[in-house]
This record gives sequence, C-alpha cells and structure tokens, in this order.
Amino acid sequence: MGFLIDVSYFLAAGLFILGLKRMSSPATARGGIVWAGVGMLVATVITFATPGMHNYGWMTLAILIGGGLAWYSGKKVAMTDMPQMIAIYNGMGGGAAATIAAVELLRGDFPSATFKVLAVIGAMIGSIAFSGSMIAFAKLQGLIKRSLVFPSQQLINLMVFGAMLIMGFTLISATHPDTDSILIFFALALAFGVLMTLPIGGADMPVVISLYNALTGLAVAFEGFVLGNAAMIIAGTVVGSAGTLLTQLMAKAMNRPISNVLFSGFGSGGGSTAAVEGDQGTMKEIDAADAAVMMAYANKVIIVPGYGMAVAQAQHKIWELTRLLQEHDVTVKFAIHPVAGRMPGHMNVLLAEAGVPYDLIYDLDEVNEEFAQADVALVIGANDVVNPVARTNPDSPIYGMPILDADKAKNVIVIKRGRGKGFSGIENGLFFLDNTRMLYGDGQEVAGKLIAEVKQL
Amino acid sequence: MIEGFTALYIFMLAGFTGYEVIARVPVILHTPLMSGSNFVHGIVLVGAMVAMGQSETDVEKLIGFIGVMLAAGNAVGGYVVTERMLEMFKSSKEAK
Repeated sequence: MGFLIDVSYFLAAGLFILGLKRMSSPATARGGIVWAGVGMLVATVITFATPGMHNYGWMTLAILIGGGLAWYSGKKVAMTDMPQMIAIYNGMGGGAAATIAAVELLRGDFPSATFKVLAVIGAMIGSIAFSGSMIAFAKLQGLIKRSLVFPSQQLINLMVFGAMLIMGFTLISATHPDTDSILIFFALALAFGVLMTLPIGGADMPVVISLYNALTGLAVAFEGFVLGNAAMIIAGTVVGSAGTLLTQLMAKAMNRPISNVLFSGFGSGGGSTAAVEGDQGTMKEIDAADAAVMMAYANKVIIVPGYGMAVAQAQHKIWELTRLLQEHDVTVKFAIHPVAGRMPGHMNVLLAEAGVPYDLIYDLDEVNEEFAQADVALVIGANDVVNPVARTNPDSPIYGMPILDADKAKNVIVIKRGRGKGFSGIENGLFFLDNTRMLYGDGQEVAGKLIAEVKQL
Repeated sequence: MIEGFTALYIFMLAGFTGYEVIARVPVILHTPLMSGSNFVHGIVLVGAMVAMGQSETDVEKLIGFIGVMLAAGNAVGGYVVTERMLEMFKSSKEAK
C-alpha cells in the first residue's frame, strides 16, 4: 500500500507542475486546471488508504462540509468578486497548514529538532496567511471600508512580530511544548497577519493576496517536510516560488516595490494629495446625446474600462455600443491597464465574458502611443490608472506608476457614478482637464443611453 | 522520511521549477494563474487528513477536523473558481 501511495503522490506532483505550465499559456490554460484537478483527486483518494489512520467518518464529514461550502460559494459568486474568493480560499489553505502544525506540536514527538523548527515556521507563515487573507477578503468585500492607521502602528506591528518570534523559539527549545505556549504563539501569529494587512489600501490588495498565496505555498511545503509528504513539499514549493514571481510581476506593473506596498499605508494618509486639490479647476459635464455624437463621428475611440465597469455589470452594454460604433466605421480599441480592476487580467476576463474578441483588447505598452491619435478616450469606471498625477506630481502616492495616457486624446469622456474619489482615495487630475467631460450615472444605465442615442444617428 | 540534503535538493529544484514554469506568463493570465496556484496548494488537504487520521485526543481531533475542513475548502473552491475563469477564455476565442 505504501508503494501505491508514493506512486500516487509522485503522479500528483507531476500533474501539478504540468498543469501550472499549461495554465501559463492562453491556448492550453483550460486543460491545465483539469490536469491539476486530476492530480488532486488521485492524491486525496489514495490518502484514505494511509496505514494507521482512524476518524474516517469525521474526516469525510469535514471534507464534505468544507468542500461543499466552497463549491457552492465558488459557483455562485459573481465574476467581479473573484479576487476576494481567491483570498478566502487561499486563507483556508494557510489555516489548514497551521492546524497541521498545531496537531504536531501538541503531540510533540518530532524525530529531530529540524522537524520542529520547520513545523513552527510553517505554523507562523500559515497563520499569517490565514488571518491576513481574511482581512483582504473583508476589505475587497467592503466589510472593512477604510484602511486602519493608528499612531506608532509599525512599532506595535514590530513588537507583535518580535513576541511571535520569541514564542516560536520557546516552542522549539522546549522538549514538549505546553499547550499555553502553543496557544499564545498562534494568537500572536494570527494577530500579526491582521495588523499587517489592516493598513494596506484596497488598490494594493491584489499584490497582497498574491503574496499570501506564495506564503501559503511555503507553509504547505514546510508542513510537508514535517509529515514526510513529498507531494506537499513539491506542490507547496512550486507555488511558493511561482507566487513570489507573480507578486513581483504585479508590483512591477504598479511600479511600486513590494516593501512599499506592505509598509507605506497607501491610500490612507493622503495628506500631501489633499493639498493640491484646490487649484485644479472644475469638472465639466456632458449628456449622453452629445457624448454619443462625439463618438459616432470619431475616427478612433479607445475605451478604458476599470473596476467601476465591473461593478455596474456594464461590459455587455459596452460591447454592444462598440459594435454600433464599428457600424459607423469607428475604430474601437480597448486599453487595459495591468492593474485595472482588482487584479491583473481581471478586466480581460470580464470583457471576454461579454464576448469582446481578443484582437480588440490591448495592453498598456501596445496602445499607449495611440491615445494621441484618438478622437475620444472613453473612460468607464477607471480612475487611478488614468490619473496623470502619476506622471506629474512627485508628492502623489501613485507617482511613477505607469498609467494609460487617456488625457492625451482629443476628447476624454469619463463615465462615473458620482463625484467621489477612486478606490485609492486620490484626487484625479484627468477629471479637471479642459478636454475632459464627465458623464455621471451608473455604468450600465449610461451605456444603455449611449446605445439608444447612437442608434438614432 | 525525507531528511537532510534530499529535502534541500527537492526544495531547490521545486523552487526553480515554479519560477521557470510561469516565467513567461502573459498579463491576461495573471489572475487565473494566481487562482490556479492557489488551487495547487490545496494539496495541504492530504496533510490535514493524515494529521487528523493519526490524532488521538479530542483536542487534536477537533483541530484536525477544522484543518481538513479548511483544506477541502481551499482545494474545491480553488478549482471551481479557476475553472470558471478559464472557461471565459474559451468562449472569447471561439467568438473570434
């Protein structure tokens, strides 16, 4: 039996790697998840045959409850809410790694000190990933509205972190760790995850979720060492390194070092940005009829979608509008900022859902030069990614982030729900420019009006 | 048991593999791939099952139960969400 289990885990590890490889290319991506899924199924089923196990009834019940709830929520959730679902599932994985460590620590019979060290480190990372991901979920879900910043926050975080390390050392050095120390240790690790995530602004959440994803991978790998489970070691390590690379790619797309994301309390201070708000002029409104005329008689329209479009579920209407404009011989392109929406690639998924073909969708690098030749840039629900302040104002927290140069188009139409600031809380200079017109209203409703107006032309 | 340098070799090679496997991923696949790798670390389920299966005291069993539940959520949720996201890529390609 032991041999069969080893073979199955070996197979699973191979399928995970091949699956991830396939998932990194659009043509094979769909098959990739199926490969990995088969690996997971094989590994899970064979684990029931592990010698010396009991509690099968409760175990099956736990799988059914956890799996069932996740299945239901994963099927039901709207496409726009995907990022927070990834956060919550990721947190569950981190929590599971922490519970393995907890059981092992309570039992306390480690073959050597190395195993104990790895168990403790895995517990630490897993707990932080768990509580941090839950906060990330709460923030993206809108359960926590503001970034919490309080005086000497970083000092307190550092103290909690230090205390956690000390408790970790205590556990490692004790021959048989006592229950109280284990409890305090986990409480500190969980608290640190919360404290670390609270001050981070919503716009940075994708990077943070990706980081926690990598951390969970590492925690799983460490607990895999403790249990002597090769499938866990390989899968966990692969995710750990792939997740780290992905985090770097995302941070690079925002032109902000990861340390900056984690420790700057972005989008919450904003003292310096508030100062420049006053002298920016006024926002000028336009109605749907004028906007429709402007676009229908343009040569080239570039649409810049953002999270607001996703919230309003306007992508289908926008695609309908695009086809109408194409009938008027207007060249329409979609410009996607790397971090548009809540995650890189988020907008592409939503537009693909609405049926927009790939060849109309362009990345920042491909399309940015073209704004200067565009007659109209239609910004729908995007804000920070078209904020020219990122180019001009060194005091701004987003200074240096590459942006879509929508302001260089001859006319800019901004569809926006209200006059409020964007997700990051930064005032947008684009809205005050002379060539910008604001079109207020719910994205879907406004797009509907535009369609009606264009049809009449 | 996997011990000492064997463990280190596995760790190193798996680390490089993870890096290489996604090194050239296009931006449009960042979210699905993050979700996919999130699913892959759902393998923690097998560890949670072993930990629970070998637990003796009630406290251990309870923690094990929570662990298996969380891990199953990670694996199943990760799969469902990733599959739904990648499904979209198919429809758009066929439309094209």
